[in-house]
Amino acid sequence: MSPNILIVAEHNGRTLSVATAKCVACAATIPDAHITVVVCAANAAAVAAQAAAVSGVHRVVTVEHPIHEHPLAAAIAPQIAALAGPYSHVLGPSSTFGKDLMPRIAALLETVQVSDIMAVESATRFRRPIYAGNAVITVEVLDGAKVVGTVRTASFQAAGTGAQAPIEAASPVAPPTHTRFVSVSAAKSDRPDLQTAGKVVSGGRALGSAESFQMLYRFADKLHAAVGASRAAVDAGYAPNELQVGQTGKIIAPELYIAIGISGAIQHLTGIKDARTIVAINKDPEAPIFEVADIGLVGDLFEIVPQLEQLIG
Amino acid sequence: MKRILVGIKRVVDYNVRIRIKPDGSGVVTEGVKMSVNPFDEIALEEALRIKERGAAEEVIVATVGPADCQPQLRTCLAMGADRALHVQTDTPLEPLATARVLRALTEREQPFLVLLGKQAIDDDNGQTGQMLAALWERPQATFASKVELSEGKARVTREIDAGLETIEVDLPAVVTVDLRLNEPRYVKLPDIMKAKKKPLETLTLEALGVTPRAQLKTPRYAPPAQRHKGVRVKDAAELVAALKQKGLL
Ligand SMILES: Cc1cc2nc3c(=O)[nH]c(=O)nc-3n(C[C@H](O)[C@H](O)[C@H](O)COP(=O)(O)OP(=O)(O)OC[C@H]3O[C@@H](n4cnc5c(N)ncnc54)[C@H](O)[C@@H]3O)c2cc1C
Ligand SMILES: Cc1cc2nc3c(=O)[nH]c(=O)nc-3n(C[C@H](O)[C@H](O)[C@H](O)COP(=O)(O)OP(=O)(O)OC[C@H]3O[C@@H](n4cnc5c(N)ncnc54)[C@H](O)[C@@H]3O)c2cc1C
Repeated sequence: MSPNILIVAEHNGRTLSVATAKCVACAATIPDAHITVVVCAANAAAVAAQAAAVSGVHRVVTVEHPIHEHPLAAAIAPQIAALAGPYSHVLGPSSTFGKDLMPRIAALLETVQVSDIMAVESATRFRRPIYAGNAVITVEVLDGAKVVGTVRTASFQAAGTGAQAPIEAASPVAPPTHTRFVSVSAAKSDRPDLQTAGKVVSGGRALGSAESFQMLYRFADKLHAAVGASRAAVDAGYAPNELQVGQTGKIIAPELYIAIGISGAIQHLTGIKDARTIVAINKDPEAPIFEVADIGLVGDLFEIVPQLEQLIG
Repeated sequence: MKRILVGIKRVVDYNVRIRIKPDGSGVVTEGVKMSVNPFDEIALEEALRIKERGAAEEVIVATVGPADCQPQLRTCLAMGADRALHVQTDTPLEPLATARVLRALTEREQPFLVLLGKQAIDDDNGQTGQMLAALWERPQATFASKVELSEGKARVTREIDAGLETIEVDLPAVVTVDLRLNEPRYVKLPDIMKAKKKPLETLTLEALGVTPRAQLKTPRYAPPAQRHKGVRVKDAAELVAALKQKGLL
C-alpha cells in the first residue's frame, strides 16, 4: 500500500499557517506519498483554497462546524479520528496546536505517535530528538501500525505553491460539550513572527528589566528581526511567554540568531540548533553559548547594543 | 473523597549532560543522577496548593516504572503527597501504554483532577496527558500556566504559540502543566522522615489489566550534529563587518 497521508491544517480562520506547508514538505519526503490536508474551521473556504495551492497536496477535505472557530483539541480529535480510517499516516505540526491535538488523535486511534519528526528515513522510520536535542533517535513503527506524528517544523523548508488540489467537504461529527473556549490574549505586533523570521534578536536574564528589553526591540526593528527571550527573561517578566525560545518554548531556525546576555543552557540551545548563524554577546568569556556561536563577542551588552544600533544606523 | 492524581516520571536530572553509549544502543543512565521530571514537581506543587486551599482532600502520586523509581515517589511524599502508587514494571512503556495504566488508576481512584507534566524531559514526547484524556473521554487542558477551580469546572490558562489562551473544562479533566504555573517547594528534612511512614502501594500491570504492546522500536541513538567552532570578534565594529561579510546585514 502506498503511503496515504492526512495532514491536519493549522490556521487562524483566515490564513493557513506556514507550519502546515512544512508538514507537507515532510510528508513529501515519504516516497509515493498521497497527501490530503484536512481543514477544520467554522468557515473553511479561504484556508482550504490556500491549502489546495500548496505544492505536493493532492486533495483538501474541509469540515465546517461553529466549534472550530477556535482550535480545541477535544473537538478536532474525534473529527480527525473519524476520517483517519483509510490513511497510513496522520501528521500535524509540532507547534502548541499540534502538540495538544495529535496525541489525542493517536489515542483515539489506539496507535503510536512519533513526536517532533526531524527526518524521514522511510514510511515507517523517522529521526527525532530526545533529551532537549542532546540525542537523536531513529524510531521504527512496527507491524503496520498507523503513524501519528508531529513534524518539527524547524527541520523542513515550507513547500511552495502552485498546486490546484480538489476540495471536498466532509460532514462533521458531533463535538463534545465538555470543553469551551474562553479567550486568547495574543500580543499584537508589527514585528516579524518569531517562528518564521529570518533574523532573531534574543535577550536573557542579563537585560535585567522590561525597560532594558525595549532596547532589544529597538535594535531588532533596525534589523527587521523578531525578538526572542530565554526562559529566565520570561520568568522574570521582562518578555511575554510567547517569546521563549528553547526546549519548552519555540524551536526556531532563522538565518541569523543574536543571543544577548544569554548563558546558553542546553534547554535554550535546543531551540536554536538549526539557526544558520549564531551570534553571542556575553560578558563571560566562558559562557556555554560561545561553544555554539559562529561569531562571539565578549563584552557588556549595555555598551555593545547601543554601539551596534549606531553602526547599523 | 475529592482526590487529585499526579503522574510522576523519574528522569535523568536536567543538569546532567547526557552521553550516548558508544554502540548507539541508548543513553548512559548508570550512575547518573535521577530526579522527578521537573514538570511533574510543578504538577504536584499545584495539587498540594489546591488541597491546602481546601478544594481537594487527598493528593495521590503515581509512577509507572522499575523498582528504582521509589526514591522519587518518596520525594513526592516528602513534598506533601498523601500516598503513592507504584506500578512496577521493567518493560519500557510507550506513552499510550503509560496512558492506559493511568486510565486504570483513574478508574480505581476516581480523581476529579489529574495533573501531569506537559512533557518528560528525557523522551520529550509530550503525549501521555492528552492520550489519557482521550482514553478517559474527558477534557484536556495542556501547557497550563494558571488553573482556577470552581464547582465542577476548571478554567485553565494555556501557554500557546500565539500568547495565552483560556479554556473552561468540565471536571474530571486532565491538566498538563507548564513551567510558569508555580515554583515547587523545597523538601525539608523532617518531611523526609515523615514521608517514610506514608503509604506507598506497589501494583502490577496485570492487576490493572494493561498488557503493553510495543508499536515502536528504537534501533539507534546518535549524538546531534555538531556546529562548527566559531570565531571571536573584538568589538561591535568587527561584529558588524563580519555580519556584512556573511551577507546578513
Ligand atoms: C525543564 C526545563 C526546561 C527549560 N526550558 C527552557 C527553555 O525553553 N528556554 C530557555 O531559555 N531556558 C529553559 N530552561 C532554563 C535554562 O536551564 C536556563 O536557566 C535559562 O535558559 C537561563 O537563561 P539566561 O541565559 O537568560 O540566564 P543566565 O543563565 O542567568 O545567563 C545570563 C547570562 O548573561 C551574561 N551577562 C550578565 N550581564 C551581562 C552584561 N551586562 N552583558 C553581557 N552579558 C551579560 C552572563 O554572563 C550569563 O551568561 C529550562 C529549564 C528546565 C529545568
Ligand atoms: C523505546 C523506549 C525505551 C524506553 N526506555 C525507558 C527507560 O530506559 N527507562 C524508563 O523509565 N522508561 C523508558 N521508556 C518509557 C518511557 O520513557 C515513558 O514512560 C513513556 O514513553 C511516556 O513518554 P514520555 O516519558 O516521553 O512522557 P510524556 O508524554 O512526555 O510525559 C508527560 C507526562 O506524563 C506523565 N508520565 C510520563 N511517563 C510516566 C510514567 N512512567 N509514570 C507516571 N507518569 C508518567 C508525567 O506527568 C509526564 O510529565 C521507554 C520507552 C520507549 C518507547
